[in-house]
Amino acid sequence: MNAIYILWLRQMKRYIRSRTRIVASLAQPLLFLFALGFGFGPVFEKAGHGNYIQFIAPGVIGMTVLFNSMFSGIELIWDRQFGFLKETLVAPVSRISIMIGRTLGGATTALVQGLIVMSVCFIAGFRIQSISLLPMAILFMALMATTFTALGTGIASLLHDFQGFQLVMNLLVMPAFFLSGGLFPLADAPKALQMIASVDPLSYGVDGLRAVLIGVAHFGVATDLLVLSAFTTVFLSIGGYLFSKIQL
Amino acid sequence: MIRVHDLTKSYGAATAVDAISFEVAKGEIFAFLGPNGAGKTTTIKMLTTLLKPSSGLVELDGLDPVAQQNEVRKRFGIVFQDSSTDDELTAYENMDFHGVLYKVPKKIRSIRIESLLKLFELWERRDDPVKRFSGGMRRRLEIARGFLHTPKILFLDEPTLGLDPQTRNQLWKHVQKLNREERVTVFLTTHYMEEAERVAHRIAIIDHGRIVAQGQPAELKTLTGTDSLEKAFLALTGASIRDEESGPSVHMRNMAKMFGRR
Repeated sequence: MNAIYILWLRQMKRYIRSRTRIVASLAQPLLFLFALGFGFGPVFEKAGHGNYIQFIAPGVIGMTVLFNSMFSGIELIWDRQFGFLKETLVAPVSRISIMIGRTLGGATTALVQGLIVMSVCFIAGFRIQSISLLPMAILFMALMATTFTALGTGIASLLHDFQGFQLVMNLLVMPAFFLSGGLFPLADAPKALQMIASVDPLSYGVDGLRAVLIGVAHFGVATDLLVLSAFTTVFLSIGGYLFSKIQL
Repeated sequence: MIRVHDLTKSYGAATAVDAISFEVAKGEIFAFLGPNGAGKTTTIKMLTTLLKPSSGLVELDGLDPVAQQNEVRKRFGIVFQDSSTDDELTAYENMDFHGVLYKVPKKIRSIRIESLLKLFELWERRDDPVKRFSGGMRRRLEIARGFLHTPKILFLDEPTLGLDPQTRNQLWKHVQKLNREERVTVFLTTHYMEEAERVAHRIAIIDHGRIVAQGQPAELKTLTGTDSLEKAFLALTGASIRDEESGPSVHMRNMAKMFGRR
C-alpha cells in the first residue's frame, strides 16, 4: 500500500516540477480549441449543428487526457533507460503494486491536465448544462486516463527505444484522437468511420463527456460508461501482464 | 552468506555463465573480477533475483533467489553499473523513496537517511535535485541508498567507474567502514585491480563464463608468480581485448546523452 502511494507521489512531484512539460502539453489542445473551434465554428453553425466550441470542447478535453496519459505510460521507457526502473523492480515489492502505483500517478497527472484544459474551455466560452454533472465528467476523464496510462505502460513494457515511441505516437495516439468523433459528429460520418470509432476507447470517453456536459450523445451515457469501464479493465489487465514480464 | 554451486546461464547455444562455484562468508568483502563480457553482470543478476539461472544452486543467507524472491530482496542492497536514481527528485527524496519501498519504519528511516547522507558527505545537498549532482555525488548517493535498509549483503557492480582517485578512495573507505561496523557482506566488481587488491578479502576471477582462479589477493599473485594483482589478472585472462556487443540500450543512452533528458 505504501509502495503504491510512494510511486504515485513520485509521479506527482515530477509533474509539479516539470513546468515546461505542463505548458508544452497544453499548447496542442488549445491550438485545436482556438483554431478549429473558432475557424470551423461558423461553417458548423450554418450546417445546423449549433455552437462548435460547445461540440469540440469535450473532444479537446478528451484529447488532452489521451495524450498525457499515453505519454505517462510510455515514460516507462525513460525510466528503463535511465535506470530508475531497476531500483523499483529489485525492491521487495510486487510487480502489480508497482504497476498500480505508476498507473495511478500517470492517470492523476493526465486528469489534472484535462481539468486545466476544461477551465480554459470555460474561458473560451464553453458552457455546461449543469454543475451537478461535473463529477460524472471527472469520472469519465479518470476512466480514460487510467485506460490510456495502462495501455501506454503495456506498450512501453515491450519497447526499448525512442523509435518505437514515435511509432506509437503516430500510428496509435493520433488515429485514436482523429477517429474518435472528438472533432466531428459521428452520426453523419460514413459507416466505415463509425465502425472504426466504435472500437476506439476515446470515442466512448468523449461521447460520455458530451452526454454529461452538454447533453448530446451518440452512443448514450450508459453505453459509454459500460464500454469505457470494460476497456479500462482489459487494458489494466494487459498492461499489468506485460509489465510483469519485463526483464532487465 | 552467499553460496553458488555449478551455476549456469545459457541463452540458446551460448553459455554466459558456465558451472561456476564459490562461497562468500558473512562480513567478507568479495571481489568478482573479469574482462568485459566474462559473465560478471549475468552472475550478479542471477544472485539478485533479476535473472533465472538455467541450472545450478544459488543461496543468499540460506534462501533461494528464485523461490523466495521477496525474502531475498529484503536482504541485499545493490548499486548498479549505470545510474538508477530519479534525477528530478532530491537526494533526500530518492533515499526516502527507497526506504518506503523496503518498508523501513518512518523513525528509523529518517535517522538512517541522515547518518548515511552525512557519512557520504551529501547532507548539505540533500534538498538538491539529483540532476544537479556530479557523477561522483550520484555514485555516493546510490551507495548510501544501498545501505539504507541495513542489508546483509551489498552488491556493487563497478561502483567506481569513471570517478577520480580521490572520490574512489573516499568511497571505499566508507564501504569498508560500514562493512566493519554493520557486518555487511560486500560483493563487488571492478576493473581497477589496485582497488580490488586493497579492499577485497578474497577475489574470484571469471573469464568466458568460468572461474579461472579464486583466493586472497596474495594467493593469486603467488599462483601466477607476479607482483601485482593486475599482472596476475592478465596472466590468468590473457591480454587480448574483449568487445562487448552494443545493444539498443547502449544506442539509446547515446541518443539521450546527445539530446539531454527530455
